[in-house]
Amino acid sequence: MSRLTAELVRERVRDTILERIGDTPLIPLHRVGAGLRGGLWAKIESANPGGSVKDRPALWMILDAEEEGRLRRRRIVLDATSGNTGVALAMVCAVRGYDLELCMPDKVSIERKRIARAFGAQLVLTDPLEGTDGAIREAQRRAAADPDRYVYVDQYSNLANPLSHELGTGAEIWKQTGGRVTHFVAGVGTSGTVVGVSRALRPKRVRIVAVQPDEALHGIEGWKHMPTALRPAIWDERVADVHRVMATDEAIAMTKRLAREEGIFTGPSGGAAVAAGIAVAREESGRIVVLIADGGERYLSTPLWE
Amino acid sequence: MSVTVRLPGALRDATGGETKLTASGGTLREVISEIDRRHPGFASRVLDEGGALRSYVNVYIGEDDARTRGGSGAVVPDGSEVMVIPAMAGGR
Repeated sequence: MSRLTAELVRERVRDTILERIGDTPLIPLHRVGAGLRGGLWAKIESANPGGSVKDRPALWMILDAEEEGRLRRRRIVLDATSGNTGVALAMVCAVRGYDLELCMPDKVSIERKRIARAFGAQLVLTDPLEGTDGAIREAQRRAAADPDRYVYVDQYSNLANPLSHELGTGAEIWKQTGGRVTHFVAGVGTSGTVVGVSRALRPKRVRIVAVQPDEALHGIEGWKHMPTALRPAIWDERVADVHRVMATDEAIAMTKRLAREEGIFTGPSGGAAVAAGIAVAREESGRIVVLIADGGERYLSTPLWE
Repeated sequence: MSVTVRLPGALRDATGGETKLTASGGTLREVISEIDRRHPGFASRVLDEGGALRSYVNVYIGEDDARTRGGSGAVVPDGSEVMVIPAMAGGR
């Protein structure tokens, strides 16, 4: 059981860029949410210093390893990621003074590779045909082959991942809405966001909506099609009241509307989450909070904005 | 004109479990159509209604991104390897 608390995390990162992680803005969506009963708000996670929601679990996982004494010797931090977690871990490790190796599929967008390298990370590129699951298997292989050398963070199994959302994201949403939030909508990747926020808000009778891509080959980066993917150890379907699926085309269409109508520049997962939130709002009236995980800048080299 | 096509696991269901196929065609669109004749429905997973590469599907011809060579109309040289890359799914 992690000893981390929000207060301890704040204490550990005082007077560094890392103390700006969290407390992200909650913005009402007036245009794309027009005509809905209740209301729709977006939690803008691109406002984190590393540019995505992944700053939260990255910070908490590293501090948890420190608290447990696993990082006191000069060991290398290791994880598998297709981008945002890699950038976030690289930023956190740069500040805390650790070496970092990231296993990621070859041919991920150039932005992520360059940003992670800018923070000093070493990249291990894996077979692009195997996607993120191939990167996970490579990280597992490395950690098992040399356990003394690596501290394998393993965002898919690390309990500090959902804890960062339980004591961070979820608590913030409750405070920012004055306790009036009725629904929380987010995509499932590692599942840390949905699991953690559920623990914070479900006891307060907030309905939790978990969203997955509608098929195995999809373009909603960061989300997992659970029936065909390696299942994260932290995932538990029971944390959600409602499970939905989202098509990539609908996600991309909403991503473009968010930029043009709301001034919110995000990636496909942000559009997917908002589209799912609107679908929920049409069926269940309420004050709905949707999590937008990152910004559109991460996708400039992809066909999304051509 | 014969080429090797390598597919991600996420497309295995569209090709009866095969992830490495041999196909013929002078352009990427022709190669995809030829696979679609053997495995109906395959093309719609990779191409949109207008016949262009779906925005979230990356295809490499050898080391080159097909989009830099004309998208679905890209010429596929005899003997080359075509690789369809999955979207990065899960956990980022």
